[in-house]
Amino acid sequence: MPWVTRGLRNGVVTSRWPRHADDYFDTFPAAVDVNPDPSVLSLESVEEIDGLCPTGAITIADPPPDGTTNGGTNGGASCGQRLPQVRLDRGRCILCGRCVAQRPDLFSWAPGSDTARLERDQLVVGSVPDTEDNLRAVQAELARRVRSLRRSVHIRHVDAGSDGSDEWEIQALMNPVYDVHRLGIFFTASPRHADILLVTGIGSVGMLAPLQRTRQAMPDPVVVIAAGVEAISGGLLRTSYIGRAGIGEVLDVDIWVPGSPASPFSLLHAILLALGRLPAVHPQDTRAGGKADEGSG
Amino acid sequence: MTARPISRDVGKSHDVGSWRADIFERVANDARFAGLFATSRDTSTTLTAVLVEAEKVIAVDTDLTEDHYRSLTERVPAAFWYERALHELSGITPLGHPRLDPLLLPSEATTHPPRPGGAPARTEGLTPAELKGPTDVSGYGMFTIPHGPVRSGVFESVEYLIETPGEDIPHLNIRPHYKHRGIAKAFEGLTVDDGVLVAERVEGISGVAHALAFCHAVEALAGLTIDEHTGLVRVVYAELERIANHLDVAMRLCDAAGLAVATARFGWHKERVMRLTSGLCGSRFGRGVIVPGGVASRHAQPEPGWAQLDHDLMRLRRDVEADARVLMRTASFLDRLRTTGILQPDLARRWGALGPVGRASGVDDDHRRVRPYDGYRQLDVPAVDSGAGDAQARLAVRWQEISAAFDLLHAAIPTLAGQPVAAPAATRAFTVPDGRGFGVAEAAQGEALHSVEIRDGLVVRCFARSASLHNLALFHDVFHGDIFTDFPFIEASFGLSIAGAAM
Repeated sequence: MPWVTRGLRNGVVTSRWPRHADDYFDTFPAAVDVNPDPSVLSLESVEEIDGLCPTGAITIADPPPDGTTNGGTNGGASCGQRLPQVRLDRGRCILCGRCVAQRPDLFSWAPGSDTARLERDQLVVGSVPDTEDNLRAVQAELARRVRSLRRSVHIRHVDAGSDGSDEWEIQALMNPVYDVHRLGIFFTASPRHADILLVTGIGSVGMLAPLQRTRQAMPDPVVVIAAGVEAISGGLLRTSYIGRAGIGEVLDVDIWVPGSPASPFSLLHAILLALGRLPAVHPQDTRAGGKADEGSG
Repeated sequence: MTARPISRDVGKSHDVGSWRADIFERVANDARFAGLFATSRDTSTTLTAVLVEAEKVIAVDTDLTEDHYRSLTERVPAAFWYERALHELSGITPLGHPRLDPLLLPSEATTHPPRPGGAPARTEGLTPAELKGPTDVSGYGMFTIPHGPVRSGVFESVEYLIETPGEDIPHLNIRPHYKHRGIAKAFEGLTVDDGVLVAERVEGISGVAHALAFCHAVEALAGLTIDEHTGLVRVVYAELERIANHLDVAMRLCDAAGLAVATARFGWHKERVMRLTSGLCGSRFGRGVIVPGGVASRHAQPEPGWAQLDHDLMRLRRDVEADARVLMRTASFLDRLRTTGILQPDLARRWGALGPVGRASGVDDDHRRVRPYDGYRQLDVPAVDSGAGDAQARLAVRWQEISAAFDLLHAAIPTLAGQPVAAPAATRAFTVPDGRGFGVAEAAQGEALHSVEIRDGLVVRCFARSASLHNLALFHDVFHGDIFTDFPFIEASFGLSIAGAAM
């Protein structure tokens, strides 16, 4: 019986996100940004920046022809100057922070857990081409598919070769702080009952067949979420003899959520993004991730 | 750091016969067998046995001229899985081994050895094979239940083939190969700064401990010393990680018993620990903090300040210990743990069982206490009381370790708060000479052991052995009359990570 009183002892510890803003959601450094105006970037430092990232997430692209801007975040600043373009692929970034420590002029931590995206390309930040139209089509297609799932979903998680930390973060979604049951989100043992397939890990050879069987046992419609950089790109193990450069090679992935591992709030963001249930934008929150859902939300 | 308790390369260039004799003699003289691995070079292969003696960690090497040798398992049972692993990974056959079934590769063994150690891998054509499991028990009504690899709930992938007549579990086979990730090969060719990032992912839930073991190996090789401040910062992250791991075990045990409130409470406490860690360094797992030579400079003095951390930890400690006291008086819970999954002290000693699993059965070889490193040199790590070797004893050991961890943090943090930071150790440039170093650290699961070989500043071979690999094999031997419904309790009470075991 003492558990009854212990359970009441600390009141409600549950986050009110997504209905209300949450400090931890907003401040957690879940990604790295490329600073909008890398005006100091000279051709000599290109090589140094190239070798900075242990997973090759940072790339330097040639300047766009005849100085046209291309809709990316640093397009405006570098207009006409023909500077090399710095890009960072969050789908590869393991958040080691080396680039931020060594080139704080170019890279910075991006606070906020709204890191899930609908398209693999969207994980690349910096000066990247505009994919707005394509994105809207993807979004509309997904919204059609998940119409029947919006109120309540069941998730089947499969570990396809993770380092074990991803499972902790998924498990955390059921603790009283995140308590995803309040949002009608449940985890299920049976793929027959599952609507979302949540995959972690590098896609190890041994797990490919069990993964495929799990996917095939799920009734359509199915949403597939690749959780963590190992599932997205293989991360540090992307050249392993036993893995894949991401599970996208073997499954049709709908949602990509980076992180090493993806934090519980990022996972929750991914699930709600899949269902079109993200709130438009919080009053104090004007970042892109929240807006991504306007069409279906 | 004059007395770094790691010696290297004892007894180099044995022939195989005297190599075996040397190992048997040391094991007979109470050395603990801690691992066995092969290093494939272009023209030869070196076999290395790692033994832990009272004062130091010892490596015994032999150069193989053939692709086989006489197995150690018949005399040293703890070599059982290590020999299976090197058979697959390095293509070396231990003759006379009782069972050379695939353990880590999801394929027929030895045809595609990745050969860690710098030799080119022969993994082309490594195609997934759905291997039929062995059947070891026969009799009326016996059948096998494959438990996994896709588990019921959010678990890491592993398969337990449970042979049962219905209730009892006379035997089970463990197959971790589903999530083998080729960790050994992933280290090769990396600088030590990149290598530590892989080390953090050998066993993601004990990334700090593995990073420490890797860095200790590198630092031993480079002859680096760690200043007091840095040593204490390392202790802070290592102990936070230990508390989170032990709370995770408590949570899983409560979940298995269906204690919803207790599960929620310990889940909440664990989340608080992880948020304290992320508040310090930005990562909920303390990643990116431990680097060869020290700690990353930006983490030498954290943003919110040490005093705040100390305050938060005291509040957390009060809640955790109050809940633990209630849990250990909850009869319906203890009934499930008492006499469940007993690991006999005798077997634990012969096997060299690690971590809380060993300690609950009377084998306490805590590196923090016996061979202190980093900040543990100036802190007092208490010995824990062992117990009956059952699941309850393992949980009791974890509660003691949590209390000790809070004590260590409360001792370390005020010292840190009062210290100005000198030049952060990590910003010093250093070179790592060619050679091999050993490093250990006490993870929540038990001893994390890394053997790191460096050539031209790059890693050529890293044998990263987690306690999970060593202890998981003991799972075979703890089902004495326990039945199916005891399984989740025994599994949770071991508190292992499959990622660490599958390598």
